[in-house]
Amino acid sequence: MKIPTRYLFAGLVTVAIGLPFCQLLIWSFSDRWFYPGLLPQAWGLRAWQYIFGTAGDQIINAVFQSIAVGAATAVIALAIGFPAGRALGLYTFRGKDFISVLLTLPVIVPPLCVAMGLHLWFIRLGLTETFIGVVLVHLTFCLPYAVFVMWGVFSNYNPDFEDQARSLGATSTSVVLRVILPMTLPGIVVASLFSFLLSWSQYLATLIIGGGKITTLPVILFALMASGDRPVAAAVSIVFVVPAFLALLLSAKNLGRQSIAGVR
Amino acid sequence: MITAGLSENARTRTDPGFPVLTAQLAPALLVVLGLFGGGLFLGALQSLGYLPSVGMRVYSLKHFNNIIADPDFLKNLGLTFYISSISTGIAAVIGVLAAMAMTGYRTTRRVVNFVFQIPLTVPHLVIATAVIFMLSPSGLASRALQAIGLIDNPSQFPLMVNDSWGVGIIITYVWKEVPFITLMVLAVLNNQGTELLEAARTLHANRWQRFRFVVMPIIFPSLGAACLIVFAYTFGAFEVPYLLGQTYPMTMPVWAYRNFSDIDLMARPEGIATGLIIAVVVAVAIVLSQVLVQIARRRGVIL
Repeated sequence: MKIPTRYLFAGLVTVAIGLPFCQLLIWSFSDRWFYPGLLPQAWGLRAWQYIFGTAGDQIINAVFQSIAVGAATAVIALAIGFPAGRALGLYTFRGKDFISVLLTLPVIVPPLCVAMGLHLWFIRLGLTETFIGVVLVHLTFCLPYAVFVMWGVFSNYNPDFEDQARSLGATSTSVVLRVILPMTLPGIVVASLFSFLLSWSQYLATLIIGGGKITTLPVILFALMASGDRPVAAAVSIVFVVPAFLALLLSAKNLGRQSIAGVR
Repeated sequence: MITAGLSENARTRTDPGFPVLTAQLAPALLVVLGLFGGGLFLGALQSLGYLPSVGMRVYSLKHFNNIIADPDFLKNLGLTFYISSISTGIAAVIGVLAAMAMTGYRTTRRVVNFVFQIPLTVPHLVIATAVIFMLSPSGLASRALQAIGLIDNPSQFPLMVNDSWGVGIIITYVWKEVPFITLMVLAVLNNQGTELLEAARTLHANRWQRFRFVVMPIIFPSLGAACLIVFAYTFGAFEVPYLLGQTYPMTMPVWAYRNFSDIDLMARPEGIATGLIIAVVVAVAIVLSQVLVQIARRRGVIL
């Protein structure tokens, strides 16, 4: 009996991708797991009790902090990226290539350089250690992705439908709600997801501008890794990936044509 | 002004006038020029020694000189180059092979496609954590080797985390970037490759010929773009080398942040200078690779 290679391939991919998560799950439910045990000597909920009980306030606060920063960044990136993507996707005009280069730069230049440069200016403006300051620095590298996604959407978009709706007596509100929104919704979902995930996993820019006051999940996880408590670090890692998984599952339908390739 | 194909192709529409375009683009440009550009500009000022808050108002290249003359500079730069180019290279090879494998399997493609999206959403930090648990001397891999009797204790396990070859860092990056490259390549391969590959097969092209003259020319632009993004990211990323790297030598971003966050405020401009050097190196690498591709094309190399 020969197993078809495609199943071997799918199996290999699943194991390669699944193994790290299985291992983190096991660590998070272990009480004692000494060398050379291949499985924990004692299982338990200590890590989970710690992160939702003892350190619960801190961790849950970090989850909300991360969600708030990510959501605010995504909303602003979309609000700014939508019209820009529309202009770039629908029209040809002078300077378009230049704008495209400008938008590529933040994708290439590491956020660390920008955050370090902005720090002093943000101190002066009172934006360090504030929510808004962190959102602004996240915006610098999330916005280009939102613009590029919306650009792609609008280059396959026919604005004549808007005129047709208008000629049939639609008000501008109903043109937006019943023509523009339904036609661009998949792109909107992908663009928001992009921005949210980029913001969600950002560590150093948050630390530099947030100065330890805006404690998002990566900031907490970094501190835990330094403390060396493996079960707790594993449990926090799982808390850290779950929202990303959920976002992926919820938007799987919209990701048919556009994958989220590009999220760093 | 009437452009050919105006009615059928939205892309050829002429612009709706300066005011409308400005209104649509201004907020985005404001963020890119103001926040991003402003950040880099202010960083450049500080790295040139302009720090009015501590009374430094003289412009000089002192901090850049200090960094470049530092005996660690070349070591750190070399390590960073080594890690990013090896990670990018390995990820590109595996990514292309996986994409080619996936073009054939129509039935399982949807599932694999979804599974491949998972690593894209996972933060680097989480995967770095998993790699530490897996490859550290007392990690799962070491326990597995002990169980089958290849080693007796953790000290015999080859050092793969905080090691001088950056093995753990490279594995983390490869795990994270292979799906990205695969999906980028797969998109073009599925769009343009299927029929051409069939044609090549009917003309009795062998495996290597199909790869060299059909697959490569089709995927090259997106593969190149994907590799550049991966290289740029791995060159400027902080978290993974900070957690999985050794303390000396360190990668450029780790070095930059060490200086930036030093208690000695005088080290701060040097940290920012290092950050700018990272940005310049990445930009130069990208321009250079574009130039090389152009030269290769002019010499008639099919890419």
